[in-house]
Parts: sequence; structure tokens; C-alpha cells
Amino acid sequence: MKSKMKEKAIKLVFTSAASTAILIVALIFLFLGNEAAPFAKVPGLSELFGQKWMPVSFEKESFGLLPLITGSLLVTFLATIIAVPFGVCGAVYISEVASRFERELFKPFIELLAGIPSVVIGFFGLIVLTPIVKDVFGLYSGLTALTGALLLALMAIPTIITISEDAISNVPKSYKEASAALGASELQTVWKVTVPAALSGIIAAVMLGMGRVIGETMVVMMVTGNAAIVTGSPFESVRTMTATIAAEMGEVPFGSDHYRALFWVGIVLLIMTFMLNLVSHRVLKKYQDKQ
Amino acid sequence: MKQRIKLLAAVLGTLAMLVAFPVFQSFEAQAGGYVTVKGSDTMVHLVSSWAEAFMNHNEGMEVSVTGGGSGTGIAALLNGTTDVCAASRQMKEKEYKLAESKGLDVMEHVVARDGIAVVVNPRNPIETLSVEQIGKIYTGAYTNWNQVGGPDKPILVLSRESSSGTYVFFQEHVLKKRDYTTRARLMPATSTIIHSVSTDQWAIGYVGLGYGVEAGDKVKMLGVKKDENEHPVYPSEKTVSSGAYSIARPLHFYTKGAPTGAIKSFIDFCMSKEGQKIVIETGYVAVQ
Amino acid sequence: MRSRSAQTMIYWLMRAFTYFVLIVIAYIIFDIIRNGMPVLSWEFLTESPRKSGAEGGILPAIVGTLLLVLGTMAAALPLGMASAIYLSEYAKRGRFTEMLRLAILTLAGVPSIVFGLFGLGLFVLFLNFGASIIAGSLTLACMVLPTIIVSSEEALQGVPQSLREGSLALGATKWETIRKNVLPYAIPGMMTGSILGIGRAAGETAPILLTVAAFYLPGLPDSIFDQVMALPYHLYVLATQHPSADLVRPMQYGTALVLMILVMTVNLAAVLIRSRMRKKYRW
Repeated sequence: MKSKMKEKAIKLVFTSAASTAILIVALIFLFLGNEAAPFAKVPGLSELFGQKWMPVSFEKESFGLLPLITGSLLVTFLATIIAVPFGVCGAVYISEVASRFERELFKPFIELLAGIPSVVIGFFGLIVLTPIVKDVFGLYSGLTALTGALLLALMAIPTIITISEDAISNVPKSYKEASAALGASELQTVWKVTVPAALSGIIAAVMLGMGRVIGETMVVMMVTGNAAIVTGSPFESVRTMTATIAAEMGEVPFGSDHYRALFWVGIVLLIMTFMLNLVSHRVLKKYQDKQ
Repeated sequence: MKQRIKLLAAVLGTLAMLVAFPVFQSFEAQAGGYVTVKGSDTMVHLVSSWAEAFMNHNEGMEVSVTGGGSGTGIAALLNGTTDVCAASRQMKEKEYKLAESKGLDVMEHVVARDGIAVVVNPRNPIETLSVEQIGKIYTGAYTNWNQVGGPDKPILVLSRESSSGTYVFFQEHVLKKRDYTTRARLMPATSTIIHSVSTDQWAIGYVGLGYGVEAGDKVKMLGVKKDENEHPVYPSEKTVSSGAYSIARPLHFYTKGAPTGAIKSFIDFCMSKEGQKIVIETGYVAVQ
Repeated sequence: MRSRSAQTMIYWLMRAFTYFVLIVIAYIIFDIIRNGMPVLSWEFLTESPRKSGAEGGILPAIVGTLLLVLGTMAAALPLGMASAIYLSEYAKRGRFTEMLRLAILTLAGVPSIVFGLFGLGLFVLFLNFGASIIAGSLTLACMVLPTIIVSSEEALQGVPQSLREGSLALGATKWETIRKNVLPYAIPGMMTGSILGIGRAAGETAPILLTVAAFYLPGLPDSIFDQVMALPYHLYVLATQHPSADLVRPMQYGTALVLMILVMTVNLAAVLIRSRMRKKYRW
């Protein structure tokens, strides 16, 4: 009898430990929502759809999220375009082409890259990359969306390589053997059989990488120039949602419109990353089920 | 039924944790010799030099210094997360009202003065600008150096982040309360402005005098004309304390009520002869 | 023959892409080591900063970061591992489990700055911890929790079902089975994944920006309610806020190097444990 009680108690402990995850998520939503909600009454949600982010002003404060969202999207988009070829080629190379020695060496090395703190990458970007971008493209300033995107791509590549590589190595050997038996060359097998078979895994990897990019703060704050303009040009300065929160949050008087607007930025950011994560999870799961 | 027990367990477990947390708080001893200062990035260099000297003189005293911007400091003071707020601007009407609504009596101390230098790249031929011209550059009315007598090159406008007291001060006194152009690049810190101005030939920025002096010949400090017809005045300790340089401001400490104990002895030290000597050493202007 | 040469060419292209990435990584690491090494000295590691970091060392930042890492571990490890045990050993298909999985997934996607916002609101203000080690550690703990849960669960799943069945068949209770026949095999793997997650936390700036980091605090903390300096924030400050950023460049590189060594030591340890474990336990 006593041991039964004990078993139950132990189970209870584990259950409550596990539910903290739910609690934390609930608290995050509750807290962000609670702080953001009064903005809906005064000055009203329509304020968030404006074209201008000018939270500190003697004339009229504007809290239009558009420049911040387009800024984040532009940087994320550019970073993804840059990261995908490197990430996918790297993954295919490591799993299909590389020698054993290369593979043993590269995998931990790339995992090390994932371990370089983002502030170190931002620091490196500010000192080394910014002047390079300025000179190569003949710009007036190297503080551009492109500079941020290059660094973010570098941060997304390990995620993309690691997860894609897993997906590619998991493609059943029989596929490749069948392809070879039909007379396909090694290259044809890689691109026409192996990669398509692993495609959903690769897509999920890319999306997870994007999730990391869109949520990254310090790097973009240090190198993108942070001007809140709506632009599609990689050579313009942009202000991302993350940098806006990091730069302005400490400053605002608690309870002001500006404070609440920043929580809305947080909510939009949260929703965007959540969607990305959810979709990539679904894709990954579908792919795993197929195996 | 099972499901319900699980949920109950979850709720109870987490509630217990929430209740337990505040209990720990009672361990938070209010150590007598501990002062936190938070606020202006412009002042953080000065304040940490003060703190360093103060701690050398007073064994057992501890001063922690955090930047983030004047607004950060004021918000922290009102929220009770700092003892002293360092602010490079005066508190706004709104902030005073907020303090009042929280039942706080905020006290202001002027601890130093600072000039704001307008800086350009040394290779830029421009030497002087009037306050009005600078204002027009920052509001976006002027976008090319040829509009202020320079070569035909677009102006790269650099500003501090909106959390900075310098941003607000500059907006009030140079932009005459108009909005900054949205094309202005908002830099997270003064030294990034110096860094950019020193590498980007057609950039313009504004920095505290201390930073401008420290940067040496990496940037060029412009002479500023109060009016189109007046003589340009270059920023320096002399011109700031005499009032001849027009873009200058007092630097403040704010405390909750009159300071006592460790907070008082720290502020007293800052105002002492030795404290004010540090002000001059770090490139600001003494108040006495 | 043509396709053969095309194949070689494309392989070379892929090789070039891969090596390019590796070279960039190596260059960043090399650049930081080259510029950071000359600064590394006993003095740099054991003294407090002077003149806003232009002189002296970074001891308070090192200690601060270590304390944050310890605090994060203390909060996140037991919680994360217990959650993983629940998910792997106890959970049945159902609404609760599904909710739990969704929560973990959500948590994994929350950007670090949003954790900072959350930590500021909950720990610093609502629970009134102030900016402090405990607020920072708990914020970081929330951030690494999903990583720990997911990797620990994977490790637990790696233990063959037959071990559990054997133990249960011999009349052991569920907990006895877990404790004696599952955990001993799973713990190394659980630790590895968790350590990797915590290594990431050590290098994060955004969550501690609003919850713990101090610009200048030469003394060491006395209690978990004190503020501390932290390496990532100290580097950020040196790189962007110091009046003569170029003058303190060596100190920036030194700080970056120490931070990188710290994070990489943690990661390397985890990777090593894993590769040894893989060899040791093969089912």
C-alpha cells in the first residue's frame, strides 16, 4: 500500500514538473497580452497599422508596425536566400560526398559555429564585415539589411546543415541502390533520389533556421543601422522587431502607450515564430511518419 | 477522472512554486553600503569613473552602474529598481505625473554639464553649420551636402536610439521638437556613431563632448552657429561652461526624496572637488 | 563521359560551398584568437575592470556568467529532465500530453528577446526580484527548458524497451524500473543535450539585457538578489558604448575570446561525452 502511494507521489512530481512548460507558455501569453491589451482602447489598434514607427516625438507619436515587420521580413528573406545554398550543399556534401575523415571533422566543427555567441558574431560583423560590405557595393554606409542578413545566414547555416544532414542520411539505402541498379550516376542519384526523398526534412531544417534568424536580436541591432523605413532594398538600413524591443524596452515609462506598443511588437514576433515553428514541425513530422 | 487529477497536480505544483518565490525575497538584505545607478549612456562612463574612485576611498561601499538610456533610468527609479537615476535630460512632465501617481517625491541634482558635439568625417570639407541647418538635416529637409555648401553627396544621418536622453535633448533644442527623419539610422550607442562617422565619409552624427574629445582626429567636431549671422563656436569645456556653445545641457542625478546613507555619501562625493575633477578628466564640464 | 565530368564539377562546387562556410567559421575563430590572445593574462582574468573596462580585467563578468550558468542549470536541469521522464515514461496519448507537446514546441520558438520581456515582467517586476541573478537565471532557464526536454526525451527513448519490460516482469514498480534500469543508461545522453542547451544560454545577451546585467559592478555578488556583470553584455558594452571603442579593442577581443572559450568548452565537453557514449552503449 505504501509503495503504491509512493508511486503515485512520484508520478505526481513528474507530472507537475512537466506542466511547468505549459505554465510558462501560458504566462508568456498572459503577460504579453495583459501588458499589450490596454493599447486596444487608447489609442486604438488601428494605430498599429500605420506606416511610421516614431515612438518618441513632440508632435505625434506613431506606432505603425509596418516598417518593423517589413524590416524583419527583409532581413529574414535575404538571410534565407543566402543560407539555403550553403546549408543544403553543405549537408549533401557532408552526408554523400565527403570522406569519412572530413565528416568526422566537419560535423563537430559546424556544431561549434552554433556555439559562437551571437554577440561575438555581431561584434565581428561590426568591426570586420561592415566596412567590407560598404566597399564592395560602393555604399555610403555598411550598416544595411544585407550586412545583417549575411551574419544571420551564417548563424542559420549550422541549424540547416545539421538537420538536413540527418534527413539525408536517413534516406533508406535501398533507394540509392535501386537508383544505381537502374544505371543512374552517383550525381543523378543524389539530386533525383536522395534529396527529393529527404526534401521535407530539408524544408523543415530551413524553416527552423528561419525561426532562429527572425528571433535574433543582438546581431541585427549592431549592424543594420536600425532606421525604421519600409524598404525592399538590401542596401538600405532596416529596423527589425527584435532590435526595436531590445533598444527601446528599457527606456519606456511603464504603462505608457509606447510600452504597450512594444508588447504588441513582441506578440507579433511571437505569433510569427510560432507559425514558422508549427509548420516546420508538421513538415518534419510528416516526413518522419513517412519513413 | 485521471485527466483531472493530472491537471490538479499541475495547478497545485505551480501554485506552490509561485508562493514559495516571495518567501525567498525576505532574504534580500538591504545592505547599507550598496548603491545602484542606472540611466544615461552618455553618463555611464562618467558615473563608473566616479564609482571607481568612490569605492577606492570607501572600503565596503559598493556602487553598481548600468546604462540603457535616461528613460531607462527614470523608469527604473519610478519602478524602484534603482537607487539613483542618471539622466542626460530633464524629467518630462509625463514622468513627473507618473511619479506623483506612485506617491514618489523625486529630487533632482545637477552633477555636471555636457556639450553635444556635431561630428562629421575628417574628409568632409564642411567646417561649420548653423543650428537651423543641423535641424533641417535631421528632420530630412536637407538630404544633400550641397544644400549646406558642401559637395554633391547625400547625407548619411546618424542618431542615437530613441531611448537616449541625447536623442530627446537634440530633438527638443536642435530639431525644435519636430520629428527626426525616418531615414536617420538609430545607433545603439555613441561609440557606434563615432565608428560609423569615422569610416563613412558623408555621415553626420551627434555625440557628447566627452566622446568627441576622446575620439581625437577620427571625427571632426563642427563649429555651431546659433544663428546664420553669428560666429561659429566650437565645443569645448570653456565654451560650454561659459554658455557660448549653444547645444549644451546639464547632467542630472535623480533620487527618490532627499538622499540618505550610502546614496548621499556617493552623491556628495560626486559633487566634491575630487568628484568634479573626474568630471573634467572624463571630458565633461564641471558645475562648480 | 560528359556526365562524369559534370559530376566532378558539381561535386567540386559543393565542396567549395562547404569549405567556404568552414573557412569563414575558422576565420572568425582565428581572428578572435589572434587579437584576443595578447590580452589574456592572469591580471585580465582575475581583476576588476577599471576606467569603464579600458584597463584591468573581467573577473566580475566571468564570475557573473558562471553564476548565471549555474543558476540556469539548477533551475532548468531538474525541471527539464523530470518533464522528459514524464513524457517518455508516463505520458499517454491524450489532451494533456498533446498540450504539453504544443507548449514545448511553442517555447522552443520564442525569440530570446521575448523571453527577456517576459522575464522583466514576471521575475523583475511582478515577483519583485529586481534585476538580479535569480531573475536572469530563471529567464534563461525558461529559454533552455525545451532544448533540455527534447534532448533528454530522445536519450530516454534510446533505452531499449526490453530493459523496462524485463524489470517490470520481475515485479519492480515503475519508479524502480526507471531509476534502476532506464536512468543509468539515459543520464549521459540527457546530460549531453542539456549541456549543449545551457552552453547556448551562457552566450545569450538579449534575455539578460533586461533582467540582470550590470554595466559596471566591480565587486562580486553576495546573494542571488544582486546584479552581476556578464561576459556577453560586457562585450556588447565594450564594443558599442565605450567612448573610445577603438582604444579598448584589445579588451573587446579578449572578452570575446574568453566568452567563446567558455561556451565552446561546455559544448566540446558535451560533444565528447556523446561520442564516447555512442561507442560505449550500442544496442
